[in-house]
Amino acid sequence: MKEKRISRREFIQQVGAAAGSTAILFLVAEETLADLAGTPKPVVEYDWTKHHYGYAIDTRKCIGCGRCVLACKTENKVPDGYYRTWVERYHVLKNGAVEIDTPEGGAFGFKEREGDGKVIKAFFVPKLCNHCVNTPCTQVCPVGASFRTPDGVVLVDSEHCIGCGYCIQACPYGSRFLHPELKIASKCTFCYHRITKGLFTACAQACPRGARIVGDFRDENSQLYKIVSNERVRMLKPELNTEPQVYYIGLDGVVV
Amino acid sequence: MHDITALGFLFPNEVHVHWGLMIVMYPYTTGLVAGAFIASSFYHVHGREELKPISRFALVAALAFLLFAMLPLLNHLGHPERAMNIMITPNFTSAMAGFGFIYSAYMVILLLEIWLVFRRDIVLLARSTRGLKRLFYSALTLWVYDISEEALAIDRKLTSILAAVGIPAACVLHGYVGFLFGAVKSNPWWSTPLMPVIFLLSAIVSGIAMLILMYIAIMRFRGEKADLDCLQTLVNFLWLFLIIDVVLEVLEILNLAYEKGEEWIVISQLLTKELFFSFFIGQILVCSVVPFFLLGYLVLVQPRGQGRRLRMLSGLSALLLLIQVFAMRWNVVIGGQLFSKSFRGFMDFHPEFLEKEGILASAVIFVLPFIFIYVFGKILPLWRPVDESEVPLPHRLPRSPHDVPRPPRVPESPVR
Repeated sequence: MKEKRISRREFIQQVGAAAGSTAILFLVAEETLADLAGTPKPVVEYDWTKHHYGYAIDTRKCIGCGRCVLACKTENKVPDGYYRTWVERYHVLKNGAVEIDTPEGGAFGFKEREGDGKVIKAFFVPKLCNHCVNTPCTQVCPVGASFRTPDGVVLVDSEHCIGCGYCIQACPYGSRFLHPELKIASKCTFCYHRITKGLFTACAQACPRGARIVGDFRDENSQLYKIVSNERVRMLKPELNTEPQVYYIGLDGVVV
Repeated sequence: MHDITALGFLFPNEVHVHWGLMIVMYPYTTGLVAGAFIASSFYHVHGREELKPISRFALVAALAFLLFAMLPLLNHLGHPERAMNIMITPNFTSAMAGFGFIYSAYMVILLLEIWLVFRRDIVLLARSTRGLKRLFYSALTLWVYDISEEALAIDRKLTSILAAVGIPAACVLHGYVGFLFGAVKSNPWWSTPLMPVIFLLSAIVSGIAMLILMYIAIMRFRGEKADLDCLQTLVNFLWLFLIIDVVLEVLEILNLAYEKGEEWIVISQLLTKELFFSFFIGQILVCSVVPFFLLGYLVLVQPRGQGRRLRMLSGLSALLLLIQVFAMRWNVVIGGQLFSKSFRGFMDFHPEFLEKEGILASAVIFVLPFIFIYVFGKILPLWRPVDESEVPLPHRLPRSPHDVPRPPRVPESPVR
C-alpha cells in the first residue's frame, strides 16, 4: 500500500491531457458516426432551396367521401387505427352545441345522422399535418430526428427517432402518432416522395372535388398561390403562432 | 355555450395515453433525489448541525434513487437502444435533450461528494480487512490512504463546495422536468411558467418526507433512538416547503378558473370528474390538508417528551406527503393526457398490472433503490463514521502522511 504524492501541477496536466484527448476523440467519433449514418445522395435535378410547399383545403367543397384517407393509407402504409390525414364532420345545433365525429377518420364515409330537427348547419373539415414553420414538434425532439426541410416539409428520421413521444405531446393538432410496429413517431409527410417529383400528394390526387390543393408557394402560377392570394383563408389555432402552412377556405369558428 | 359532456370528441390519433406510469415514476424518482440532496445540503452547506445525523444517509438515498432514475425512461422509449442519441446528437431546443448531460453531471457531483464524505471510513476499512474485502475497499480508496487531519480538512472543504454546487445542479435536475411539461403550449394543463417551480418544491417535499419516514423506520428497526432535534428540524422544513408548494399548485388552478379561457371547458371537467378522486380527495384533502395540520401542530406546539408523538405524527405526515407528491405527478402527467387537444372530449387511463409499463414494473423500479441502500449499508456505515476504537491499533493513524504500514499478521478483529 504505497502512498503516491502527486503535485497540483501534475494533476492539472493529467486532467488536461485526459480532457483534451477525450474532446479530440469525440470530434473524430462524430465524423465517423456521421459517415456511418450515411449522407443522403442529393437528387440531381431537384433543388430543395427553390421550393416552399404548402396546402389549401376548401371546406365548402368537401363531401366527406373519405377517399383521401384511404389513398393516404394505401400510399404510405399507415397502420390500422392511426391516421396521417382524416376528415371531421361538424353538426351545429340550434342550442349552440356542436357535434363532431370522425368515424375511422372518415375513411369509409359517414353514416347519416338521425334527423331530429336540431341541426342548423353541417360541414366536413379535412385535416392533416400542418407542416408549421414555427414547429412545436421539431422544437421538442431531443435527438433532432424530427426536422423541417428547406422546402417546408416537416419529416421524421425513422432511423434516428428514439420513440420518446415528446413530439406527439407537443403537436397542438393531433397530427402525430406512435407507429405501433416501428415504435417511432409518424405523421403526414406531404407525400414528400411524390411532391419532389412534381406529383400531387395521394390525398389531393384522390379528392374527387378538388377540395385539397397541394402546391408550391414559390410558384406564382400554382393554384395554391392563387388561392392564398385571392380567397379569405385561415389556419388552425393561429393564436399558438405555429405558423401552419395549411390554409382553409370557409373555416367556421366552431372548428377545433 | 358548448356542451361538451355530450360530445366526447377526440382527434383520431388520440387513442391512448402515451406517457403512462413510467413517466409518472421518473419525475417522482428524480424528485426524491433532489429533495434528499437538498436536505443533506442544509447540513453540508448551511451548517445546520441538527441535520448531521441524516446527512450521510440522505446522500446515499439520493444516489440510490439517481442510479435507477433512468430505468423508467428506458422502459418507455420506443427504441431504448438508441437512447444515447440524446448525447450524441442532442437537439438543444428540447428540454429532454438536457437529460443526458444534466444526469451525468449530477451523478459525477453526487458520487464525488459521497466518496469524499465516506473516504475516511473506506480507508479505515481497507486497512483493517483482508483478502477480497481488502481489495475491494482498497480499490474504493482509489489508492489514496491519507486520512491525516489536513487531508480530512481538505475533504470537508471540497464536500461543502460540491454540496453548494450540487444545490443548483439538483434544482436543474428536477427543474428541467417541470420545464419539459411547462413549456408545451399545446397542453394548457401543463403549460405554465410555474411548472418548474411546482415540480421542484414538491420534489423537496417528497425528499424530506422520504428521509423522515426512512429515518424513523430504520432507527426503529435498529432499536436505536431517532435524534429528536434532527427530526424536528426536518419537520420544520417539510411544513414550510409544503405550504409554498400547495399554495403554488392551487394558485395555478385559481388562475385558470378565474381567466376562464377556452381550456377551462376541459380543465374544469377534468378536475371535477376524471381527476376528482385523485386531485380533490387524494392530493388536496387527505394528503395536503391533513399533513398541513399535523405538521403545523408539530411545528407550533413542538411536543417533546419521549418523542413518541413527534415520531408518529411526522411519520404519518411523511407517508401522506409521499402519496401527495405521487398524486401530483399523476394528476399532471396523466391528467394532461386525459383530454383531447380539441378540448372537446376525454379518454380513460387504466394501467394494467402486468403490462410493460404497468403497475408491477413501477413497483419494481420503486423498490430497487431501497435494496441498493440496504446493500450499501452492508458495505459502508450509513449513520455514523467508523469508530476509531473499533479499528485494530496498528491501523488507526499513519505515523506520517507518506507512511502507511502493512498490517501485521494478527487474527482479524471485527470492525463493526
